[in-house]
Amino acid sequence: MLKMQGVSKSFLGVRVLHGVSLDLEPGEVHALVGENGAGKSTLMKVLAGEYAPDEGIIELDGTTVSFSHPGQAQAAGIGLIHQELALLPHRTVAENVFLGREPVRRGLVDRRAMEARTAELLAELDETGIAPDTLIKDLSVARQQTVEIVKALAASDVRVLVMDEPTAPLADHEVELLHGLVRRLAGRGIGILYISHRLREVFDLSQRITVLKDGRKVATLATDGTTADEVVRAMVGRELGSYYPPRAEAEEVGEPLLTVAGGGNERLKDVELSLRAGEVVGIAGLQGSGRTSLVRALFGAAPFTTGTMTPLRPTSPRRAIRAGIALVTEDRKAEGLALRQSVRDNALLVTRAVPGRGTRDIGGLLERVRLRSRGEDQEVKYLSGGNQQKVVIAKWLAARPKVLLFDEPTRGVDVGAKAAIHTLVRELAREGMAVLIVSSELPELIGMSDRILVMAGGRLAGELPAGAGEEQIMRLATSETASAKGAAA
Amino acid sequence: MSTATAVLTGAGRRLGTGAPVYALLVVLLAALAITEPGFYEPDSFLAFIKRAAPLVILAAGQYLVIVSGGFDLSVGAVVTAGVVAAAEFYGSFPDAPWVLVTAGLLAAGAVVGLVNGLITTRLRVPSFITTLGMMLILEGAVFYWTGGSPQGTLPEAFRAFGRGTAGGWLPWAVLACLAVGAAAWWLMRSDFGRTLIATGDSERAAALAGVRVPRVRTLAFLGSGVAAALAAVLVAGFSGVSAQAGRGLEFEAITAVVLGGVILGGGRGSVVAAMAGAFSLQALFTLLNLQGVSGALESTVQGFIVIAAVGLGAADYGRLRRRRTPEESA
Repeated sequence: MLKMQGVSKSFLGVRVLHGVSLDLEPGEVHALVGENGAGKSTLMKVLAGEYAPDEGIIELDGTTVSFSHPGQAQAAGIGLIHQELALLPHRTVAENVFLGREPVRRGLVDRRAMEARTAELLAELDETGIAPDTLIKDLSVARQQTVEIVKALAASDVRVLVMDEPTAPLADHEVELLHGLVRRLAGRGIGILYISHRLREVFDLSQRITVLKDGRKVATLATDGTTADEVVRAMVGRELGSYYPPRAEAEEVGEPLLTVAGGGNERLKDVELSLRAGEVVGIAGLQGSGRTSLVRALFGAAPFTTGTMTPLRPTSPRRAIRAGIALVTEDRKAEGLALRQSVRDNALLVTRAVPGRGTRDIGGLLERVRLRSRGEDQEVKYLSGGNQQKVVIAKWLAARPKVLLFDEPTRGVDVGAKAAIHTLVRELAREGMAVLIVSSELPELIGMSDRILVMAGGRLAGELPAGAGEEQIMRLATSETASAKGAAA
Repeated sequence: MSTATAVLTGAGRRLGTGAPVYALLVVLLAALAITEPGFYEPDSFLAFIKRAAPLVILAAGQYLVIVSGGFDLSVGAVVTAGVVAAAEFYGSFPDAPWVLVTAGLLAAGAVVGLVNGLITTRLRVPSFITTLGMMLILEGAVFYWTGGSPQGTLPEAFRAFGRGTAGGWLPWAVLACLAVGAAAWWLMRSDFGRTLIATGDSERAAALAGVRVPRVRTLAFLGSGVAAALAAVLVAGFSGVSAQAGRGLEFEAITAVVLGGVILGGGRGSVVAAMAGAFSLQALFTLLNLQGVSGALESTVQGFIVIAAVGLGAADYGRLRRRRTPEESA
């Protein structure tokens, strides 16, 4: 029914899809899996007309189609359910379903027809628990998702439904409900492209699995004829290409500088953690597993609400900084830098904001991080990503931290700066700091870490020693739903 | 070598942030010299600075708020309220020492600024709304209090600050102007000033670097309130009592700051350039006046300036803004 052939797409000269092909039968659930950044979402956005492909063709029922606009894809029968729901919270279910296509009677919106038709659509899906006149904000996330699906169905004669990580925001019992809905949709002959990180779900639901890696299709496997191990291997199979500085020797690892016991908040559960002087600890996990929540909790930006932490449980970044904790955030431009300020003003920001903590001698620090700029007066906006990151690191080094947390330390950084940052991080550990790294790039994590903690579903799912393989990590990272479900059952 | 380069680019950057306003000021002052040959007689030039002083001081205060990412629309009303309050106070206590009354006004200005700041940062009311409300509240209160025609006269001792001279030739207002300029320049080079600008540039980045954002932004409003009260003292001395004493000054101050190249929304601009913007605006008004252009057109001219200055600034900003890159979330 649907065929995508040789689809390629580049952004700003970076190729994120390399000739990917994919096909879908009516009534089939076809799973799409791959690591973060493998190109799954981009491929689906090409299908839904949000991005135009650079190369490749899309065929629907034997006819070549090309969409320059999401509305065209929708009209052709392709529905996309985004990871983030796009509903208006203060409008009713019916109003959302018919948003922009409200039925009109004598010049006025015909609410009665709108609600009747919505109720019909809900009934067809056996979703009678949702009243068409309920406000979206009063529904659970799972039900909002149902509304999103009904909205897609109401918009056109949907042939293909793309679901991007639909279960990520759902609680375990809601996942079952959603899967029931997916099966009913497939039963009506709709082809479903199902993106998920959770292998257990993929094996539960799908007939075929396509694995993407680094923008290329690795394989399409029949679900019945394969195993989770085979899929994981296909997802991660790549060479460790770059050089990483040597890891810490056992005698270099010293006292714990930061410990957490029973740490939890809205996003985290039962966090037990100890960071010791001299070691680099890696945090692995899929998107939404709580990696970023963890470092933000340690830094007091989204504090723990339960549990104990030494030297203290920070309730604000300022308190964390006073206790010697620093965080290099994931979003450098929005959270790491004041872009219109100079290198000097950025590097001194923490020292100035938290008196008595740091040094004002930033010249040495900027040299140490090997910053390449036109001087301390240059606005950081004009620096490359790598040099911007070096300014962020210099800013934190100026505060003389004991514990350094890095969230995606080398995202958007060129290869040369990447190696410099890796070397620097190891040096800092060697000088007695405790370092924690969150990274989506498994080779980086494996190359840098003295041990690796794997997160899943807001918990630490396990710990692996230095040199653990990508497969071991991915197995722990994708195992969570299975074990959580096992525990709940 | 790297130090030398840094110093050079540093000087260039500092000039660069406000360069157009300095050029504009020079042009306007030259035009004034041609139109009015006596303009550079010491007395008449000092009188010009004296007239400009309240606006320059207001611009310095407004700068603090704008560069930290807000607006202060209440300063004109603070000036009016200050003038009227002083007159009413002297109506009841004719013998009150001027030092005490001046100090009282400055303290009251600080309180108004503090309230503006706390409402904006703690209740998260946008500063535009907070200070607009404060402006209306103060204007209404003054009108209710005075019935539209304030009573009381201001003693000579109090008015001396606004219209008298030190040593018989140097107006106190000029000294006040210099003092505020020096203080503002020093403040913006201090840790507080650098932190304030960084906060205006990126509140999130500042907060994650340990900056107490609400406190810093509240202090900026407080500074603006004190500056407005000081301007009230000068205006009271210079023009005497009127229920319209501060009318429109908030927009003149914002125009001056914008003319000085300070970006609305915060994060960029120099306080010295903002004050130069105030001088430019005053010079322009003087020039129009000498050319026989009706004073009624002042606000029209101001309107053109604000739109042109922000438009040019925005064009520049738009070109430099980083291009959006698609998020790869797969």
